[in-house]
Amino acid sequence: MNSTLTDRATEIAHVQAHAKNLRRHVLHMAEIVGQGYVGQGLGIADLLAVLYFREMNYDAQNLVWPARDRFVLSIGHYSIGLYAALAEAGVIPLAELDTYGADSSRLEMSGSEVTPGFEMTGGSLGHGLSQAIGMALGVRRLPRTESGAGFPRIFNLLSDGELQEGSTWEAAMAGAHYRLGNLFAFIDCNNQQADGPPARVMNVESVDEKWRAFGWHTQRINGNDIAALLAALDACKTVADKPHAIVLDTLMGKGVPLFEQREKNHFIRVSPDEWAIARAQLESGAAQ
Amino acid sequence: MTATLSTNRGVTGNILTSDTTGASATATAPFGHALVKAAEADSRIVGLSADLSKYTDMHIFSERFPERFYQVGMAEQNLIGISAGLARTGLIPFATTYCVFATRRAYDFIAIGAALGKANVKIIAGLPGLTTGYGGTHQGIEDLALMRSIPNLTVIDPCDATELSQVIPAIAAHPGPVYMRLLRGQVPIVLDPVKYQFTLGKGQLLTEGADVGIISTGLMTGRALDAEKQLHAQGIRASVLHLGTIKPFDRDAVLALAKRTKALVTAENHVITGGLASAVADTLVDAGIAVKLRRIGIPDCFCESGSIPYLIKHYKMDAESIAAAAVSALS
Repeated sequence: MNSTLTDRATEIAHVQAHAKNLRRHVLHMAEIVGQGYVGQGLGIADLLAVLYFREMNYDAQNLVWPARDRFVLSIGHYSIGLYAALAEAGVIPLAELDTYGADSSRLEMSGSEVTPGFEMTGGSLGHGLSQAIGMALGVRRLPRTESGAGFPRIFNLLSDGELQEGSTWEAAMAGAHYRLGNLFAFIDCNNQQADGPPARVMNVESVDEKWRAFGWHTQRINGNDIAALLAALDACKTVADKPHAIVLDTLMGKGVPLFEQREKNHFIRVSPDEWAIARAQLESGAAQ
Repeated sequence: MTATLSTNRGVTGNILTSDTTGASATATAPFGHALVKAAEADSRIVGLSADLSKYTDMHIFSERFPERFYQVGMAEQNLIGISAGLARTGLIPFATTYCVFATRRAYDFIAIGAALGKANVKIIAGLPGLTTGYGGTHQGIEDLALMRSIPNLTVIDPCDATELSQVIPAIAAHPGPVYMRLLRGQVPIVLDPVKYQFTLGKGQLLTEGADVGIISTGLMTGRALDAEKQLHAQGIRASVLHLGTIKPFDRDAVLALAKRTKALVTAENHVITGGLASAVADTLVDAGIAVKLRRIGIPDCFCESGSIPYLIKHYKMDAESIAAAAVSALS
């Protein structure tokens, strides 16, 4: 086995361990309130682990560092996943996760910039990519000493259903127009929106062909495959003059078969006796 | 045979026509020049437009600072979203479009993208009220009502080139989101550039008279001053209180005027519901003051297309209508 392969295997194991912790945090938060966007939180844990524990440059003790890479959450209801990542990264206290969705908590069911580590307020869908473009343009104006060799990068997470918001495509045009190589759009295709699967609500496919046609450097991968996520990010490093779209096919509830197999719902209902089963399934499962 | 209009009919001007009705002196593109001056002093200032830079005087800035200007095309939601993102990196974006497109089309982006998180975005919106003859699609008749109801947002309706030139450095220095109504092109000079001092959130008493108080904003202040002269000739003494800032609202100035005069008239380049008149009425009700109040502004309707002088007369937005309202309020 050559050393590169070994390094990559080590890296994958490192990210997988964090992804498992994120899933533990997600279950913990959802169990306390007895509900929540647990399916989305579990499904996106692999991407968040890759970004927060391998890819992004940030300082958990200095959230306003101008040259930081930024994670921009369009889909505010995925906040359960981001709270898990921020707690795991030391941005917010782990104990605060107990307050998810509680009255007067900073950890709102649909996340906003009141929470440290949230770069903007998502939730009203179709906002994130526009603001990410503004940030990607803005960080290019930073003094050289701040930005170093490369520009800070902006990682925006949006979803398949969100693509129905027309503003997304205004932003998609602008990202390509300004050749924002420091801009990344992850489109989570979990095939579930409030009224059902997008194919029935309003078809958004072919998602990757649309982004390619808009002039983005586009890849489509299994979003629950950490090796594929790392490879996709590596591939982006060879393309400097186009924004990057990484379309993720993910499984809602990933890591907990009870939720993976449940009839898909935007907002999964869980009965009180099921949390212990969910926890046991997560612990007994393979790393991913 | 060539068709001709009868000579006494006006025609709708082209979209670049400025309303300088009644103005004896004007300044050219005061916004563009003030923004360049502010940007020379502060490198954080950047400009954006949604395909209307030439029509909002932003082109003065983009020609002077091409590397600090972002064209976003006809995409107003994206205009505000990108501005908010730029602001979050420490820049001070000035974004231009028309009132109608900013407020109707991009409302959610102003409310959530800019105002909720107090992003330092300056929205500069052209064609307020009856400053274009292009009809309902282009006349921003209800934007003050929409913007005034958004928390955290500062709302400004300058009355002339003098004030507009002072508003720009003031809002650049003010941290937080701002919506400003733009007068573009040849802009009337109503206020003395040497004497007038704009203060964010404060009204200015321009004339003092004990009979009637005229409270005006935006370009209606010029007509309110004309109305004051007409009233004076009739022996009626009027105070004219100009409120360049609509939010935060200078309640103290309104209450002081209400106590000092026998009746009030409001004059705004906007529908008479939800804008200046409503803010004045709210203030009076909150303070428990009963006073006669006449409202001059656009009635509850979309306006016709046409020439500006015709529209102003048709919708009773001229100085004569303000003076008549004052007389009626006092009777």
